[in-house]
Amino acid sequence: MAPVATTFFFYLQAGIAVVSGILVITRRNPVHSALALILGLLAQAGLYLMLYAPFVAGVQIILYAGGIMVLFLFVIMLVNLERAKKEEQFNKQWLVGTAAAAALGFLFVTVYLKGNALWPQSIPQPVESSNTQEVGTLLYGQYMFAFEIASLLLLVAIIGAVVMAKKRI
Amino acid sequence: MLDYITSYLSSNVTPGQAGNWFWATVYVFVVFGGVAVVVLSMNWLERKALAHFQVRLGPMRVGPHGLMQPFADAIKLLTKEDIIPDQADKFVFWIAPLIILCAAFTVYIVIPFGPTHAITDLNIGILFMLGVSSLSVLGIVMAGWASNSHYPLIGSLRSSAQMVSYEVAMGLAVVSAILMTSLNASGTGTLSMIGIVQAQQEQHIWYVFKFFPLGLMAMVIFAIAMVAETNRAPFDLPEAESELTAGFHTEYSGLRWSLFMLGEYAAMGAVSSIAVTLWLGGWLRPFPNFLKGSFFDLVFSLFPGFTFLALAGFCFLGVVRMPKHPTFRIQTIGLAGFGAMLGLIGLVLFVTPVRVRVQDIYWFLAKVAGFMYLYIWYRATFPRYRFDQLMKVGWKVLLPAALAVLIVTAIVGVLF
Amino acid sequence: MVPITTLHYLVVAAALFILGVIGVLTRRNVVIILMSIELILNAVNLNLVAFSRIWGLHGQVFAIFVITDAAAEAAVGLGILIAFFRNKETVNVDEVDLLKW
Repeated sequence: MAPVATTFFFYLQAGIAVVSGILVITRRNPVHSALALILGLLAQAGLYLMLYAPFVAGVQIILYAGGIMVLFLFVIMLVNLERAKKEEQFNKQWLVGTAAAAALGFLFVTVYLKGNALWPQSIPQPVESSNTQEVGTLLYGQYMFAFEIASLLLLVAIIGAVVMAKKRI
Repeated sequence: MLDYITSYLSSNVTPGQAGNWFWATVYVFVVFGGVAVVVLSMNWLERKALAHFQVRLGPMRVGPHGLMQPFADAIKLLTKEDIIPDQADKFVFWIAPLIILCAAFTVYIVIPFGPTHAITDLNIGILFMLGVSSLSVLGIVMAGWASNSHYPLIGSLRSSAQMVSYEVAMGLAVVSAILMTSLNASGTGTLSMIGIVQAQQEQHIWYVFKFFPLGLMAMVIFAIAMVAETNRAPFDLPEAESELTAGFHTEYSGLRWSLFMLGEYAAMGAVSSIAVTLWLGGWLRPFPNFLKGSFFDLVFSLFPGFTFLALAGFCFLGVVRMPKHPTFRIQTIGLAGFGAMLGLIGLVLFVTPVRVRVQDIYWFLAKVAGFMYLYIWYRATFPRYRFDQLMKVGWKVLLPAALAVLIVTAIVGVLF
Repeated sequence: MVPITTLHYLVVAAALFILGVIGVLTRRNVVIILMSIELILNAVNLNLVAFSRIWGLHGQVFAIFVITDAAAEAAVGLGILIAFFRNKETVNVDEVDLLKW
């Protein structure tokens, strides 16, 4: 049961993620782009589950799909984008930009082909049931300082966003 | 194939954990059918209970005591014209109720009706439930935006702001309950729903009574937040009919509106199930330790049968009090038949093999039914919050209270 | 079929990264540029979690921090967008050229 299902679900979720990425960058209507991005994020949560990372998958669904994308949709609704939908969508240097991105992709392909021998091919099967406990131990143990800095960063971001979006300070 | 089907019957894990997709699908159909029945009966119960709270009778005509009213409503909504506003974004308009519905129903995958009676048991169960129920905010935002009209837009913005605010308090209350699962010998807690109820079983106390009054406060905070989360009274400003002309589902008609209603009742059931699992001991019967022993096990195992016999008794009481007029003959016969069916189910539940298996599911559903009745009670009793009062309560009252409960629970848990 | 190795996940992450870069470099609408940046961050996360399967849970912890910082950055970016839209009534980055010669 397991091997066939793994390949099938991997290609399904990878396909959904890549297709939704293409939809994000090509839609005229920003709300459609946001919906495509939500679909891509959910497919990516599925990929995290396949990589034996259930906690990161849960965090991705709660924070990214259920938090950040709600923020995006809020702002899209508040900002009147009717006029922008009828304008030209791609800027003047789209050809140069795409060529640069293609060159970057070439670089990635080269690195992967040459570096394929570097990492171990046999993967140790991690225990999935204690993943959350171990991530928690790491987060509150070794990375405690980074954790506190991240909370401070979030506080600064909240204050900054409130100040930027207020009408009169 | 037959071996595949019967090989699961001798195992003692959920179908998801056993990897048995046949039985997982069967469980999915059973659970979704159950949710549909619950939604129909909640519809009827809400109208009757609200009416009785307001000293009137509610629907009495459609079936005996209005029992066929949900079916009549369903037929009416199915045959209504499907109106889509002219400039509305058709794709987003179509998909918004589906997102709310899918998010509400997906939560039922991890709800534990018993130690092995769940569709699956994810080891991040509670995280999954919180995450998926936060996806319904997206559906509401899209429903309001796609209607291309002022009132739905404002209604959906208000509703999503309210849901996002109360999600934070909900999450913190949940964290304080999860904290209590780690107060065992090995010091390791669990996020899986079945594991939480088993932790309550091992610690011999329902978490609502643990470190009294901390567990109770956490449950009360969660109960208030969950009412706001599902846009129900007294927090139903964004969707009530007299405010903003029904808010984000103004432009939806017929079947699409009924999908919203279905999603709302399903979400109510889902968050009630979370509350029951985390604080009220899930499928555990009352007083598992105070009244232990096989005699009390027997007494408590007779409860399901007696519940259905009591319901049948109420039906027959209604039959006796029906007016003796020829036009009521068919209603009398209908009510008597319904009562007989309930009585038959009650008698079946006394038979020993059924009685043993139905215990966990019955106690779980009884507690969830209590919470759903509380929803109706709140709607009948409390006046509606104004939006700024609603946000004030969410951020300035519930969030500090939830944080305080969490910190004190952690301190008390470490000390004792 | 070929069993799924880490390289498969890296290729998917690279594809998402390239799509995000194309989105940032070619679109005019600020909201879509911000969403392309989220795509880039997601691709990096996928990379981190794919490698964490081999070399320990540090990748997953880093991925959680990346998600947190993406939230902060999206909030501030959208705040800037609202402030800018209030001033100039447009969301196209081409028209942010007040200081151009």
